[in-house]
Amino acid sequence: MSARRRLRPALGFLLIVALILVAWEVAKLLAGDPWRYEDILGGPAFYWDPPLRWKPVNDLNLPHLWTIFGAFWELDAKGETYVSSLVGAAWFTMRESLLGFFMGAGIGLGLAIVLIHVKVLERGLVPLLVASQTVPIIAIAPVVVVGLRAGWFGVAIVATYLTFFPVTIAAIRGMRAADPRAFELMRSYAAGRRTVLRKLRLPASPPYLFTAFKIAATASVVGAIVGEFPAGIRDGLGGALLQAMQYYSFSPQDLWAAIAACAGVGIIAFLLVVAAERLALRNYRQIEDQAT
Amino acid sequence: MTERPTTDDVVVDLRGVSKVFEGRGQKAARVEALSGIDLSVRRGEFISLIGPSGCGKSTLLRIVGDLIGVSDGTVMVNGKLAREARLAREYGMVFQAPVLFDWRTVQRNVELPLEIIGRPKEEREARAREMLALVELGDFAGHHPWQLSGGMQQRAAIARALALDPAILLMDEPFGALDEMTRERMNLELLRIWERTATTVIFVTHSIPEAVFLSTRVVVMSARPGRITKIVPVDLPHHRDVETREMERYFELVTEVRESLRGSEGEAVDLRRVAAEGLSA
Repeated sequence: MSARRRLRPALGFLLIVALILVAWEVAKLLAGDPWRYEDILGGPAFYWDPPLRWKPVNDLNLPHLWTIFGAFWELDAKGETYVSSLVGAAWFTMRESLLGFFMGAGIGLGLAIVLIHVKVLERGLVPLLVASQTVPIIAIAPVVVVGLRAGWFGVAIVATYLTFFPVTIAAIRGMRAADPRAFELMRSYAAGRRTVLRKLRLPASPPYLFTAFKIAATASVVGAIVGEFPAGIRDGLGGALLQAMQYYSFSPQDLWAAIAACAGVGIIAFLLVVAAERLALRNYRQIEDQAT
Repeated sequence: MTERPTTDDVVVDLRGVSKVFEGRGQKAARVEALSGIDLSVRRGEFISLIGPSGCGKSTLLRIVGDLIGVSDGTVMVNGKLAREARLAREYGMVFQAPVLFDWRTVQRNVELPLEIIGRPKEEREARAREMLALVELGDFAGHHPWQLSGGMQQRAAIARALALDPAILLMDEPFGALDEMTRERMNLELLRIWERTATTVIFVTHSIPEAVFLSTRVVVMSARPGRITKIVPVDLPHHRDVETREMERYFELVTEVRESLRGSEGEAVDLRRVAAEGLSA
């Protein structure tokens, strides 16, 4: 793949982001609160009264982008900028979600290997697993985090809970995806179950697994953030969100800045999986255009 | 099959083999895929199974390879039951699709069976190189299967099937998916490999010229239930090349196989007429 083709998805992404940001401000220009700016950078004063008024885009619900951007540079009581405390919080949450992701991927894959070999378990357990995923994470998180008193490890368990399911489903699918004749071939070599698993089922599954890993990576970030709420952990992005929520009525830009940090962590997690996928699947036939 | 060959010379011995697929559920019909199959294959023979689709030729091949079981009869391979022969790794399989593993290089694909039986690395590599040289893919050992053409992929599959030096090579329409030109070239290559390795081959095809060109005997089958209607010995010279396809004897044999195939269909037509008459009477 040439460098240009590699860059194209990234450029497309940046274009979409730019469009959203422009739309954001255009909405405020049409229906937001009045714009009042005295001498920006020494320039002339700017005043604009939007022709319409629409609550969802007023300054409380949708602060100006520059207000949110400015929030990053506000100093807290300790004299630290908000952005540096957010980066610290993001790193803290990222570690929880990474641990959760790897535990979830491991458990998900292990579970799939068991299920694929024991038909009875597959029939009995899969509906239960599906049910487990319909329980809201907000309800599960306190049970795990408070119940187990496990602190940040408990948070990682919440992330695991959200991660393992897509991996299990994709792994089951992937391990059955090989050509039926490939299984006949293994049978003709009198290969045992373990050999079939090692030489055929597992190596055939990565194209399916990585699709699940992309979902799981972002889900593990959500799990880690939500898990922090009941844990009372204040060092992560969950804590940052809670704090910003408390001050929302007079400083909404803080919450938006924290949301931006959460989105950033999610995107980083996703991109890490995409990079790993590129590396891992370089020996596989590229069937479909990868959704990156 | 007037004379029974001596037992140590027989690689495959089928006696009274039948196969019935029991339908599952109420609507699914019970299908009698094979009925009363007797066949002996001597060491070094090249046997083609030919017949209309649904005559059970692939089923028969899979029964010999113990990929599916019989409903009745016995299958002996190299003096063992088919299952024991499979456990002793006496088979090499080639399917219509190459069924190579994408994630392995061509070299490592050929090494696969050797890995499964736990051969040391050096031996695996040497053997795989030898097999790839035999099918003239030596220069492509480091490629992945999806980087090769269909014909090359099928040659790699043949190299893999030969890696364990199997007592018998089972081929299920191996060139069915290739274009005519590639197919003719692959036929010549297969014959060359067969001459050099002296392997016994059972080859399923629905191409009459291919069957005649390759085989020492052509087994003609009919459908519903699958039976052997005729065995045509091919008395062409042992060494065959492009010119063989232009020999008069070759055309005679093609005609003979074609007529015996038509005969087996004709029977089915007659049966239908008899059934219709029976109804109107």
